[in-house]
Amino acid sequence: MKLLTHNMLTSKCMKGVTVGYPLGIVAKDIKVSETEFNSEFVSRIIPKLDWNALWKAADSIGHSGDLPQQLMEDYENNEEFLKKVHHVLLEVEIINGELVCPESGRKFPISQGIPNMLLNEDEL
Amino acid sequence: MPSFKIETPSLSHLSHEDYINVYEPAEDSFLLLDALEDDLELLQQRRPVLCLEVGSGSGVVTTAIARTLGAEVFCLAIDINQAACSATNCTAKENGVKVDVINGDLVTPLRGVCAVDLLVFNPPYVPTPHCEVITSLEEPLTRAWAGGERGREVMDRLFPLLPEVLAPQGLFYMVAIENNDVPQIREVLSALGFQSHVVKQRRVRGEHLVVLRCQKHSDSLE
Repeated sequence: MKLLTHNMLTSKCMKGVTVGYPLGIVAKDIKVSETEFNSEFVSRIIPKLDWNALWKAADSIGHSGDLPQQLMEDYENNEEFLKKVHHVLLEVEIINGELVCPESGRKFPISQGIPNMLLNEDEL
Repeated sequence: MPSFKIETPSLSHLSHEDYINVYEPAEDSFLLLDALEDDLELLQQRRPVLCLEVGSGSGVVTTAIARTLGAEVFCLAIDINQAACSATNCTAKENGVKVDVINGDLVTPLRGVCAVDLLVFNPPYVPTPHCEVITSLEEPLTRAWAGGERGREVMDRLFPLLPEVLAPQGLFYMVAIENNDVPQIREVLSALGFQSHVVKQRRVRGEHLVVLRCQKHSDSLE
C-alpha cells in the first residue's frame, strides 16, 4: 500500500464513524523502491490529496524526508519538490502492518501490501 | 508516444486452481477492454491520473490500463474477494506494472473527494435469486457473477456512491447485459447526475453484453 493510496482511504462506512480519516498507520514491513518519475503526474495528483494527511502519514512512519509540511505555491514548476512528493507518494510501500480508524480504534490489517477494509456485519 | 492498442496482459501465472476462486477473464472482460481501446484517444486526451477498477478479479483490466497509460496514471483496484486481490497483485507484477490493491466492498473504503478520473466496473450482472447474492458471501466465485434481482443488486449499490467518487471530468465504464434493463440503468444514472451511452455491444451465447460509458452531466465530451 503506497502512501498515495493511504491518502484516499477512510473507515467512514463503519457504524458510528463520522469522518474515519486519516487512518493511523502501524507499519511492520516497509519497502522502499525506485519508480519512474513523471512530473506531470505528480503535479496533477497533488490537488487530489490531503497534503496535511500525506505529510503526517509519511512522518509517522519516518519517511517524510525533507518534504515540507506546507504545500508550496507554484509547485508545478519545482522539479526538486515534485521529486520529493513522488518519492513519498509512490516509492514507500507498507507491505505488512495495520491501518487504524481515528475514531473507533478499529484496526484494518495490511498484508502483502493489501489493506483489508472489509467490515463485519455488526460494524455496518 | 500515444498507444493505439491495449494489449491483453499475460495471465499465464494464473492456473485452473486460481480460477476456482477468481473470475477467469471472459467475453465480458474482453468487451470492456475493447471499449477502452476504442476510446484510447479520448482517454489519452483526458489524461486521467487516478484510475480505479471495482471488482478487479484476475486484474486483467487494471493491468492493461496501467500498461497502456504508463507512468501518467496511478491504478487502484478493489475487490471484495481476497483471492482476487492476490491475483490482481500478481497479474500486475507479472506484467511489469504497479497497481495498488484494496480488499474492500465497492468504493466504500474511499474518501468521497471526487478524485477518480477513470472508473471501470465489470459487475456481477447475472440475474439470480436474491438469496444467491447472500449465500454467495461464502463462495468467492459466485459473488463474481451473481447479481440478484434483475442482476442489479450489486451495481445498484455502487451508483449512488459514484457522484462523490468520480472526478468532475471523470469517465465511468461498466459492463451490463440487456437483462439488467439498460434503459432503466441509464435513468437511474441520469437522476444521479450522469449522462451515459452504450459504447459497445456484443451478443455472446444468449447474453447481450453492453458497455456503458458515463460522465457527469456537467461534463461535455469535447
